[in-house]
Amino acid sequence: MLACIDLSLAFGGVRAVAGVSLGVGRGELIGLIGPNGAGKTTLLRLLAGTLRPDSGTVWYDARDVTRLPLHRRARLGRVLTHQVVRPFGKMTLAENVMVAAGSRTTRYPWRALLSVDGRRARARALELLERLGIADAADKLAIEVPLGYLKRLQVARALALEPQLLMLDEPLAGLNFTEAARLADEIAALNADGITIVLVEHNLGEVTRIARRLAVLENGTLLADGPPRDVMARSDVREAYLGTGQRGSVGRA
Amino acid sequence: MDYYLSVATFAALNVILAVGLNLISGFCGQVSLGHAAFYGLGAYAAALCAIAGLPFGLSLLAGGLAAGACGAVVAFAAVRVREDFLAIVTMGVGFLFLGAVRKQSWLGAEMGIANIPSPLDRWGYAALATGAALGLVLLSLHVRRSWMGRAFDAVAQDEDAARSIGIDVAGYKITAFLLGTAAAGLAGGIYAHLTQLIVPDAFNFIESISILAMVAIGGLGSTLGVVAGAVLLTLMPELFRVVNEYKLLAYGGLLLFVMRVSPGGLAGLVRRLTGRELP
Repeated sequence: MLACIDLSLAFGGVRAVAGVSLGVGRGELIGLIGPNGAGKTTLLRLLAGTLRPDSGTVWYDARDVTRLPLHRRARLGRVLTHQVVRPFGKMTLAENVMVAAGSRTTRYPWRALLSVDGRRARARALELLERLGIADAADKLAIEVPLGYLKRLQVARALALEPQLLMLDEPLAGLNFTEAARLADEIAALNADGITIVLVEHNLGEVTRIARRLAVLENGTLLADGPPRDVMARSDVREAYLGTGQRGSVGRA
Repeated sequence: MDYYLSVATFAALNVILAVGLNLISGFCGQVSLGHAAFYGLGAYAAALCAIAGLPFGLSLLAGGLAAGACGAVVAFAAVRVREDFLAIVTMGVGFLFLGAVRKQSWLGAEMGIANIPSPLDRWGYAALATGAALGLVLLSLHVRRSWMGRAFDAVAQDEDAARSIGIDVAGYKITAFLLGTAAAGLAGGIYAHLTQLIVPDAFNFIESISILAMVAIGGLGSTLGVVAGAVLLTLMPELFRVVNEYKLLAYGGLLLFVMRVSPGGLAGLVRRLTGRELP
């Protein structure tokens, strides 16, 4: 469904992603992990289209989308990304999800001018907020709610686009233990509903719990790729995370 | 009577200019410091067409189209640059317009264009300008309620997030500039026929800033607030002779005062007093 071939991008002299090839099949839930600076987020952004690679190609459903603008990708295959929390601050949570739910209506400015009715989009927005457990704050402004709500709002807004493929960049970061477990469960449930998910996450406990496959990046290259248990058992992976002869925190490597 | 009609006509023209700029800056979040250039473009285009013998309606249309087309071209700059840089680019467009017009002998250079045909009487212009202003206000209120308004809002708040939910940011910016500058061009056409004489300096940087002051004092993003701001700033120099002498000082002072007391302008004041959003 999603694939990249020999993808590379350098920032100045630093090779953030160096020749990564990776394929993601329909219905998979793949976790992208690796120590800080390994190139996970860069790879995700390259896959999503917020960054353009120096070389290599990105394929979506057997179509080369490397040069396609971001909004066209979001429409085409509902490929989309989630970076750090970026809600529309001066909109309510419901409105945040609504604008995404109305993405068909806003496709052409002139058509958008002729459409006023937002009831269906609002109903859909409330349904999604309910699903993510944040419907109680539907009419609060996004700048007024805590981070845990915004993290879930991001997922709700992404779902409003009816994605086939969801790319999540650290959706659990900054959440407490209970919140993280709950959102991870919801991500697993979305995957069970048929949405393919690529997940960049530092919370190794949750990611190994819900992912069926892990890809480990180190220094911009793919170090390991396979079922979570096998990957985590590999000595080179442990070394990449912990460093040789050093003790480190695995949870927030 | 003539005096009041003329004040009403200019108030209506300023409403068109300010509501048009509000579409670009208030709704879509794109700073523009060169709005008067499009006012001037419309005036010159309409004047040339009228002198060439085109009927009144067509010359007005030409004014709107010429300004709108140039606005769409400038919007391509807005697609590339943001905020401060866009402010500088649009300011440059204003100076470019002035600089170009002043040097063109076929446009009358510094002396401008005189003897522009004027087919209506004072009542006619007042009715035309008021009607056009009303039409634009209704369109603006509709845009706010429509999906176009929601998309503008998303673009204004966070372009990247807007893209990630499939909104064609470039397309919406161009649309906003097209609508706002075409409105300014229409106002320019009416102005040219009304005064029968246009000179480059009527469309200078200070005029751009005056329009921006109307929008800011009325409340960026609120159509009715901006209407109030435009009417207020038109009447102020007329009501107080002394203000007329120091028009810029008065505008600047009022702008500072409003920004200090109510950063949301008149619309922000209404929101605070009544708890309701002014559309």
